[in-house]
Amino acid sequence: MAKSTIAETGEKPHTLLGADELILNMGPQHPSTHGVLRVKLKLDGERVIGSECMIGYLHRGVEKIAENRSYQQFAPYVDRMDYVAAVSNGLGYCEAVEKLLVVEAPPRAKVIRTILTELQRIASHLLWLGTHALDIGALTPVFYCFREREEILKIFEKYCGARLTTHAFRIGGLQYEAYDTLEKDVERFCKAFESRITQYEDLLTQNRIWLGRTKGVGILKPAEAIALGATGPVLRGSGVKWDIRKAMPYAAYDQYKFEIPTGTTGDTYDRYLVRMEEMRQSRLICLQAIENIPAGPIMAKVGKVLKPPPGEVYHSIEAPKGELGYYVVSDGTVQPYRVRIRPPSFVNLESFDSMVRGHLVADVVAIIGTLDIVLGEVDR
Amino acid sequence: MQAVIQATLDFLKAYWAPLLCGLVIVAVLPLIAGYIVLVERKLMADMQARLGPMRVGPHGLLQPIADAVKLLIKEDIIPEDADKLVFWLAPVLSVGAALLSLAGLAIGPAFQVAKGINIGILFVVGVSAMGIYGIVLGGWASNSHYSLMGALRSSAQLVSYETAAGMALVSGLLFAGTLNVTSIVEAQRDQGIWFGLLAPVAFFTYLVASIAETNRAPFDLPEAESELVAGYMTEYSGFRWALYFLGEYTNMIVVASVATTLFLGGWLRPFPNTHWLNFLDFFPALMMFLIGVYCVMRAPKQPAKVQTLFMLAVAGLCFVLAFILVAPLLIPIAKPSLAAAVKPFADGILGSFWFLLKVSVYLYFFMWLRFTIPRYRFDQLMRLGWHFLIPLSIINVLVMGIAMIVGSYLHLAGGWLLLVTIPASVLALIVALYILSLEQKSAATEQARAASDSYAG
Repeated sequence: MAKSTIAETGEKPHTLLGADELILNMGPQHPSTHGVLRVKLKLDGERVIGSECMIGYLHRGVEKIAENRSYQQFAPYVDRMDYVAAVSNGLGYCEAVEKLLVVEAPPRAKVIRTILTELQRIASHLLWLGTHALDIGALTPVFYCFREREEILKIFEKYCGARLTTHAFRIGGLQYEAYDTLEKDVERFCKAFESRITQYEDLLTQNRIWLGRTKGVGILKPAEAIALGATGPVLRGSGVKWDIRKAMPYAAYDQYKFEIPTGTTGDTYDRYLVRMEEMRQSRLICLQAIENIPAGPIMAKVGKVLKPPPGEVYHSIEAPKGELGYYVVSDGTVQPYRVRIRPPSFVNLESFDSMVRGHLVADVVAIIGTLDIVLGEVDR
Repeated sequence: MQAVIQATLDFLKAYWAPLLCGLVIVAVLPLIAGYIVLVERKLMADMQARLGPMRVGPHGLLQPIADAVKLLIKEDIIPEDADKLVFWLAPVLSVGAALLSLAGLAIGPAFQVAKGINIGILFVVGVSAMGIYGIVLGGWASNSHYSLMGALRSSAQLVSYETAAGMALVSGLLFAGTLNVTSIVEAQRDQGIWFGLLAPVAFFTYLVASIAETNRAPFDLPEAESELVAGYMTEYSGFRWALYFLGEYTNMIVVASVATTLFLGGWLRPFPNTHWLNFLDFFPALMMFLIGVYCVMRAPKQPAKVQTLFMLAVAGLCFVLAFILVAPLLIPIAKPSLAAAVKPFADGILGSFWFLLKVSVYLYFFMWLRFTIPRYRFDQLMRLGWHFLIPLSIINVLVMGIAMIVGSYLHLAGGWLLLVTIPASVLALIVALYILSLEQKSAATEQARAASDSYAG
């Protein structure tokens, strides 16, 4: 999209046999466009010579809704953007409004937030791994991934009653105190997860077909990735060491030790390795966090009615898919004047066109998978 | 009039057995294919930490029937822009070719539709290759891009892998010296060794090529679900879709049967000439008996009474089968005078057991692969075919021929032939790998060149 759309380029076709180009509409109903993404592919035989992403099939006007809700009322809506990582969405929004209110969540709340968000990252990456492998034709990993994801969702359910759209956090802290066996549950999951992730790696990492399907596919050079605004594992897969958890620590991330994995060539395989390592790192963060959860209140002193002083704030967090930013403008009333959301999936999708050019149709699904987009977030 | 009736009667008299066999193939095979699908789903579920179909019947045992009924009563949709006649014809061609090719195969020494057909294997391979017309025409007639791409992939894939498979069969046929299916199996009995052991490279090549030929994972590109939705079948639904499905699964049975006949000793038990292994003849009965015992043991644990009864019925069936399988072996011991009369019966019934067992193992391997590994990309598939399998199979024919000549000079027979065929196979493998490495080197340089100017366009 960034370079040229099909409509814009009126050049003559330069296909292999001088034949006509084939325009293939992939989606919005297609098994591997991860929702309602529609990709218009310009093909020479099976080779992609151009592409155009057509989005908006899931547009719900989330940002507009924010202008007609109070600050607390809008919080559950953000869960519906990246619905496989609802906890992260909520964290970003709550922290943005807290910044606007100039309050800070108590340390206990921060730690619990960190634990849940990291679990959510693992869950989101597990879903990515399963569907990505399924797109490339491996039928089995998806069920193993869901098995582990289920454990995480059970922890969420025990904590706040919801599994998918959790609305786990409140502006100013937490609504609920951690349940009695939270630490034990998280620890049990993390202990078991180590061997499980090795199991997935056994299935895929050294598999020759997997290597053939992912190595050298969808290469994104570091400079290009930065220019296109890619963030998260897509950016790190290209070798750029940028993680908001380290660069601009939020929640309780400054207390824990973890590595930022990066790739070297920026192909699909590198992004796969980066995400696998990120799951391991998230597991380590969780283990460190449950060691020492500070006692104290879970809610900062905020009123029942939130009236932030007039002003504006931008706050971003490292969501599983990349930088999730909230730009909130207050006019001093109970409702935000404007909420602008920077969704990582939407911005990462910009790289799609430059990644698929010259590849085959089979690689298109691999690249959609490796971008790890969620259409709820792309379209909002 | 009289003459016509007389001619009809004569015809029936002469051909009643093949006609009956044919009817059985057409009438029972859909059911068998349905149950293969069920077994596949159950195996897949087992490997994926879930249960699979459990709703219709105990452990989903009636699922295939429910599926068939559903497919039969579905609305029959033909896309408006489709070429209606071809659209209608294509699945029929596909399934027709697959079913017809079964006619040339022999399940036991007695069970063969085209009895004693002297071009045996050639007929089977030739007719089953006709099935590609069904796929190509179906993909073309649907007038949909996905279907078209599926059909194109399928035709390219079949042409390449048919060559490798054919060459692999030639290596096996060298040892048999005949195309007749029955004679091939008898040749393996006379030599006392399966041809799959004599020509392991040919067997391996055929194994891989047959997966590609039947469009199974990891070579299921023509119907790659995540890329082409359903490939050439995208626009098909209901009964026509079921026909394609039936064709695919029948094709699996066909290639498995060909491999069993040529490489795995057909209906012979393992080591048919080794007398101290004669107790293996009791293995079929024992296996059925143990399955029956298992069902009886599981029956009381079923949640519903009807399920318990169903399990007991399955157990009863297994016991009956066990009895049928053991009776021909026990009768000669009890009454030696009947031995001669029972012999063909025993051969037939035990033979079909071994044949079906081998076919099942072969199919199991297909399924196992499907659950385990990701899908090849089209160019990788073609490279594997043209750069490795085809050279390998051609070289293998050459070295196997030389090995046969050397073997006859040295008066080797049976298992002793391994002395020449194994080194020959290794030689073929090394040469083919060398060719592959050369190709890879040239491909790598080409890729580097392409990558350097990819930004120019």
